[in-house]
Amino acid sequence: MTINTLSQDGVQRQQMPCLTKMERMIISMQDPDMGIKLRNQRLLITVIPHAMTEALHIGQLFVKYGYIYPLKEPRNLILKADDSPYRFQTPYYWMSTRWPASELDYAIYLAKKNIRKQGELIEYEKECYNALHKRINHTWDFVVMQAREQLRASKQRRKADRIVLECQEQAYWLVNRPPVSTAHYPPSKRYVKYCEQYQPHDPIMQGCLPSNPWITDDIMFWNMHSETVAVPTKLRVERWSFSFMELLNDSMGRKEFLTYLEKEFSAENLCFWQACEDVRHGETSKIPEKVDEVYKQFLAPGASRWVNIDSKTMEKTLEGLKRPHRFVLDDAQMHIYFLMKKDSYPRYLKSELYKNLLARAIVPQETKKSVFPFMRRQRHSSPSPALATQIGEDDGKGKNSNSVKSNSGTASRL
Amino acid sequence: MAAQEVAAQPSDTLATLKTESETLKTKLEEERAKLHDVELHQVAEKIEALGQFVMKTRRTLKGHGNKVLCMDWCKDKRRIVSSSQDGKVIVWDAFTTNKEHAVTMPCTWVMACAYAPSGCAVACGGLDNKCSVYPLSLDKNENLAAKKKSVAMHTNYLSACCFTNSDMQILTSSGDGTCALWDVESGQMLQSFHGHAADVLCLDLAPSETGNTFVSGGCDKKACVWDMRTGQCVQSFETHESDINSVRYYPSGDAFASGSDDATCRLYDLRADREVAIYSKESIIFGASSVDFSLSGRLLFGGYNDYTINVWDVLKGTRVSILFGHENRVSTLRVSPDGTAFCSGSWDHTLRIWA
Repeated sequence: MTINTLSQDGVQRQQMPCLTKMERMIISMQDPDMGIKLRNQRLLITVIPHAMTEALHIGQLFVKYGYIYPLKEPRNLILKADDSPYRFQTPYYWMSTRWPASELDYAIYLAKKNIRKQGELIEYEKECYNALHKRINHTWDFVVMQAREQLRASKQRRKADRIVLECQEQAYWLVNRPPVSTAHYPPSKRYVKYCEQYQPHDPIMQGCLPSNPWITDDIMFWNMHSETVAVPTKLRVERWSFSFMELLNDSMGRKEFLTYLEKEFSAENLCFWQACEDVRHGETSKIPEKVDEVYKQFLAPGASRWVNIDSKTMEKTLEGLKRPHRFVLDDAQMHIYFLMKKDSYPRYLKSELYKNLLARAIVPQETKKSVFPFMRRQRHSSPSPALATQIGEDDGKGKNSNSVKSNSGTASRL
Repeated sequence: MAAQEVAAQPSDTLATLKTESETLKTKLEEERAKLHDVELHQVAEKIEALGQFVMKTRRTLKGHGNKVLCMDWCKDKRRIVSSSQDGKVIVWDAFTTNKEHAVTMPCTWVMACAYAPSGCAVACGGLDNKCSVYPLSLDKNENLAAKKKSVAMHTNYLSACCFTNSDMQILTSSGDGTCALWDVESGQMLQSFHGHAADVLCLDLAPSETGNTFVSGGCDKKACVWDMRTGQCVQSFETHESDINSVRYYPSGDAFASGSDDATCRLYDLRADREVAIYSKESIIFGASSVDFSLSGRLLFGGYNDYTINVWDVLKGTRVSILFGHENRVSTLRVSPDGTAFCSGSWDHTLRIWA
């Protein structure tokens, strides 16, 4: 598969296998012994390899896809065959890891630029800013607050680091800005990308290992994907890297993430987020007491698991606590959610904890088809989810084991 | 010209206004169409076509005495709840085909049912204008109806219901033209959603990070996206030519599909704020009653009133397969939580699991 066929007609055909190949090249280019020479000019800057035609073309693609970016004319995403300095983009912003670029993230980025220097937004960005302001108007307060918070956090960094990070972020958005106005918009790319990414996980499209329970009557697939399995499957662990939401939606992923956060002494963030979810989706009558608990544990000055929220959000939340309602913690919850998403989550994916789990994860063997096709496997029952509460209610009294008879095969009459 | 119009009969003015509104609508669609640069299936031309597609009925669930109207999956990926015209609601372990619970509702035409996220309760309703929650008891002697809890009260039939992220809140849609969010414990209405001009027939919750929106479809041919917190309609789409029977979000949450009596299914993109694909064929003339996506969003399954299920390639816009088996209208269809199969319910009194 040649890379050349990629960028025809300006329509980008993004294939994961292709990105993986590019990334392997990029990584080997940065190898301290075998890679290209790095030169320190002000900060980490590299020089593009000698301009042979093939190398130049590949180099062009690297720039186009954001793996390296120009320092002198950042908006001009081409590779010049001269001495102009370029820099490798941090893997955090690689296309394969950072997709999809959400509207919300882009809005926060533009708001930051706007706050930092009025009039710094160029024409296209101004259009996007206004369109986003209109479309996600209901979360705009949050956008501005996040932008201010991120600017404040970045001020605390060393100047050199700050400049690099700003360049990296800018380069990322130049390549990946989500089309915002309807006039310039091909939605097609996003769907193609999503379908391709999830296809290996779609049992109807691509089958599943060891086998589809409905087809072979073998429930191994479900057993291997249960919440408490000792070793998860590779596909499952890989899926956590697709998005922060995927990680949180899987209870095992959440547990692993919590373990990681504990090592980083920021576990209170996830606990706070879960407590807020509980308030939002719980019984109305319990809201005041739950909110009070959350305040005592996470928000009060000197709280045992104090969460770091910006002062404006904290002020607004504390004010709202005087008359607690279902959504009173929403702003604070969103703030912590995005904090984890932008900071802890990407670091988790690069951590030893995650990498080790991925290495240990298994690829199930395909179930061999039965030698005697007419012999149907026995279809095993499973305990009803409703059983869980029963046992809880009866304090483990013996009668439960009698009342739950697992029938198999023949239809039972109720 | 204006002065002359004012002197005309009120009915004439109404007719002229109507025509004007129709002309403006067509103009709007034309302008919107001009802004398409690349349609979904044009870009998808470069993708590999899907290979031969084989899906068969793997289980047939028999037990309902009349038309099956609705079904929902349990989070455990194998249990389902189904409801029918004769007032019966049954909970099955679809894998073993055993019935585990049965409830007889005090009304007929139970058009809506839903499984609670915990797996410990089901919600259902229909011509009784209510949505009731039944905790599932494993004591075979206990009458489930005894612990029934009335949650929602509408002024017309209940067309759809679903639990939000927990067992504590239910979202409903009704023939009275509204949707509503209810607190299960107290039966209190937390939010109501007004905007449809006729019966609301279906709804679906968005799989988003902020978890705050849902989409509804109705007899007014409109699909509306709502903010659950404020009750506001944030987007609406009106390109179908008849009732919208079913709406379902694309797995990423960026889009949703709809199935309609106009015999088409359509895909609406939320960011582009427009319809981006139509799934139709000249040979398909009966309405689509229910739609759902496969896990990756590549396939769209549509149950139709001509007893068939059509499988569409979402990206290319073509039909991949047609599944036969039901002996009457397909009324409900949902893919299982882990995407290993989908279940269809029909007026032929049965449910089928396909994989």
